[in-house]
Amino acid sequence: MQPAETYNDTVVRQFALMTIVWGIVGMLVGVIIASQLLFPALNFDIAWLSYGRLRPLHTNAVIFAFGGSALFATSYYIVQRTCHTRLFAGKLASFTFWGWQAIIVAAAITLPLGITSGKEYAELEWPIDLAIAVVWVAYAIVFLGTLVQRKVKHIYVANWFFAAFIITVAVLHIVNSAEIPVSLWKSYSVYPGVVDAMVQWWYGHNAVGFFLTAGFLGIMYYFVPKQAGRPVYSYRLSVVHFWALISVYMWAGPHHLIYTTLPDWAQSLGMIFSLILIAPSWGGMINGIMTLSGAWHKLRTDPILKFLIVSLSFYGMSTFEGPMMSIKTVNALSHYTDWTIGHVHSGALGWVAMVSIGALYALVPRLYGQTEMYSKRLIDIHFWTMTIGVVLYVASMWISGVMQGLMWRATNADGTLTYTFVEALKQTYPFYAVRLLGGLLVFGGMFIMAYNVWKTITADKASTAEQPVPAPAH
Amino acid sequence: MSGFWNLWVMGLVTANLVFVGWLLYATSTGKKDDQPAGPETTGHTWDGDLKEYNNPLPRWWLNVFYASIAFAIVYLVMFPGFGNFKGLLGWSSVGQWQHQKADADAIVAREFAKFDGKSIAELSTDPGALRIAKNLFAANCSACHGSDAHGGKGFPNLTNPNLSWGRSQDAIVATISGGRQGVMPAWQDALGADGVVQVANYVYALSGRTAPDPQAAAAGAGKFAAVCAACHGADGKGNPLLGAPNLADEYWIYGSSLQTIEETVSHGRQNQMPAWGDLLGEQRVKLLAGYIYSLAPPSAAN
Repeated sequence: MQPAETYNDTVVRQFALMTIVWGIVGMLVGVIIASQLLFPALNFDIAWLSYGRLRPLHTNAVIFAFGGSALFATSYYIVQRTCHTRLFAGKLASFTFWGWQAIIVAAAITLPLGITSGKEYAELEWPIDLAIAVVWVAYAIVFLGTLVQRKVKHIYVANWFFAAFIITVAVLHIVNSAEIPVSLWKSYSVYPGVVDAMVQWWYGHNAVGFFLTAGFLGIMYYFVPKQAGRPVYSYRLSVVHFWALISVYMWAGPHHLIYTTLPDWAQSLGMIFSLILIAPSWGGMINGIMTLSGAWHKLRTDPILKFLIVSLSFYGMSTFEGPMMSIKTVNALSHYTDWTIGHVHSGALGWVAMVSIGALYALVPRLYGQTEMYSKRLIDIHFWTMTIGVVLYVASMWISGVMQGLMWRATNADGTLTYTFVEALKQTYPFYAVRLLGGLLVFGGMFIMAYNVWKTITADKASTAEQPVPAPAH
Repeated sequence: MSGFWNLWVMGLVTANLVFVGWLLYATSTGKKDDQPAGPETTGHTWDGDLKEYNNPLPRWWLNVFYASIAFAIVYLVMFPGFGNFKGLLGWSSVGQWQHQKADADAIVAREFAKFDGKSIAELSTDPGALRIAKNLFAANCSACHGSDAHGGKGFPNLTNPNLSWGRSQDAIVATISGGRQGVMPAWQDALGADGVVQVANYVYALSGRTAPDPQAAAAGAGKFAAVCAACHGADGKGNPLLGAPNLADEYWIYGSSLQTIEETVSHGRQNQMPAWGDLLGEQRVKLLAGYIYSLAPPSAAN
């Protein structure tokens, strides 16, 4: 008799553990730069530790190292489980792990050295850009190859989102990174002036739309119904919001360039399509939260579900707030203020990090032959630590952002400005302190998680024996 | 946009709006018996227990979606956005800026009318003018010159009685309006290493201090007369017409240490004050000049 086919969980385990490691690293850098804004002397006059170099390190580490590893881990796990087949091209999957880690290390070295292409969220220089393209294409082959050899007829909804995310990020990265090298570590964009700005934010906002939204909706669509033990609320809602989301997101980039030299027509399209995005985004939130109907009582006892449901609440808030901020008159107040920082972290911490952490708490025991994490109580403590941290962070930046916007535009009866820039900055200090406290809580929570995960995977009953692929139901 | 790109944008916008509208309509208007009374799954199962209900789209959600599409269409009719079509309201971001600028200029014209015809010296003692000027200074000048106008390294202290470009009423207005470009050439090649030390010691002593190396200072006198006096004057008191600083007073733009002076002589200095005339307009510049004038009026200097 042929040995039963098994799932390839080795690469999933690798990515899952590195998610936690990079989460801690990325958030540590975030805490450092938040401290620097409060106490500028904390850069110790060392260029490598200056805010301008550490800030891109923070964003790259949390988005691409932490978020990216979470997406690799969950997508490889989910695509196997929902296709009832072993991961396609195991060696290539292993290559994506080591390749992705090498890229992260290269980023962690080059960014503090000041090697940057200067494009936000795409700072890495051309040799690393090439490496990203190669690893990403390998990722697409592994994921789509697994999808092709699926044993079930219908493709599960989570996989639509993962596939859209993988394909689109490849296109975004390659188009936006088109650059002319002038030396090993310096290149210039092929696009001129405002065209470059538009390409950059077409990339930048779709990085949010596909990397940080579609990918994590894929996670949500597997782990919420699994954890709730309930069917997904509405298949047709998932169809509508998927197609609407991926077609409309493409237009949203110009809302980063309102009241700039970008032509008015492009600014307007960025704004109206951002507003149309409210409903497709909320479709995902509704489908996630309503999946719990009939099982609300589980929220009392299951801290993993708390993570997942609160993450969906933050998703709903951020995807309402974003379109509001894209309205020209609102943007005139909010742009260049801390409100933007608050909005980003409501999405990145409240939605992306919380859904990832919830998914990892569900995933880790299953990867190590167990049913539960070492301590449910520690998950609960982590949940409250993180939730309070995120609320402090986001609320302080909202208040300081609106305050900055109002102070910058205030004028006296004689037409002069009421406040100098420094006066507005001084008023921001208390909020920087609250933000740092919030960041420290989120950062501290990661250690609670690391301990809990460590105890789970080193328990006596922990096993990494390969799990057999069950026969599909249909 | 050229004809092709105009049609391209119009086509894509229309296609996406129609697609989304159709998607909503098609999935929300199925036959009634498609929607069972109680929830029923689609019949598929994945990974043991993953199933899907097929609940109808929430009505309120559909309405939000339709409303946002309707808003988009109305907006594209009223405002620029649909390719080259400018919108019925004639709005543009440049037009909005011009409108706001005109409003702000009208306020200035009204508020500043009472200062018309006053000289800079008169404005420098007018409390109303000084109150406005201090606001203007804080918003526009303090980033370089400091909120107390005391400057910093490379940024002149405006309370100093000697300013490189002069502090007559006309000179201050000219400096703010047109900006200044200060250039001190590098002399290390002409003077040699020893020459730089000698001249630096001489300059060090010009302000009444004892030079660290008196012999070198004495040797530097001749070189100063040959090389430096052309701009800074034989007595080192500077020349406002050239922007050459007074080296015989106690104020130093870049610092008074021998090392700093050697650095200046060796490598020269480049400094730039931007021109503010176009941005601020004549009336604001005059008030600012009055404020600068008040910081060290002529009676205090002499």
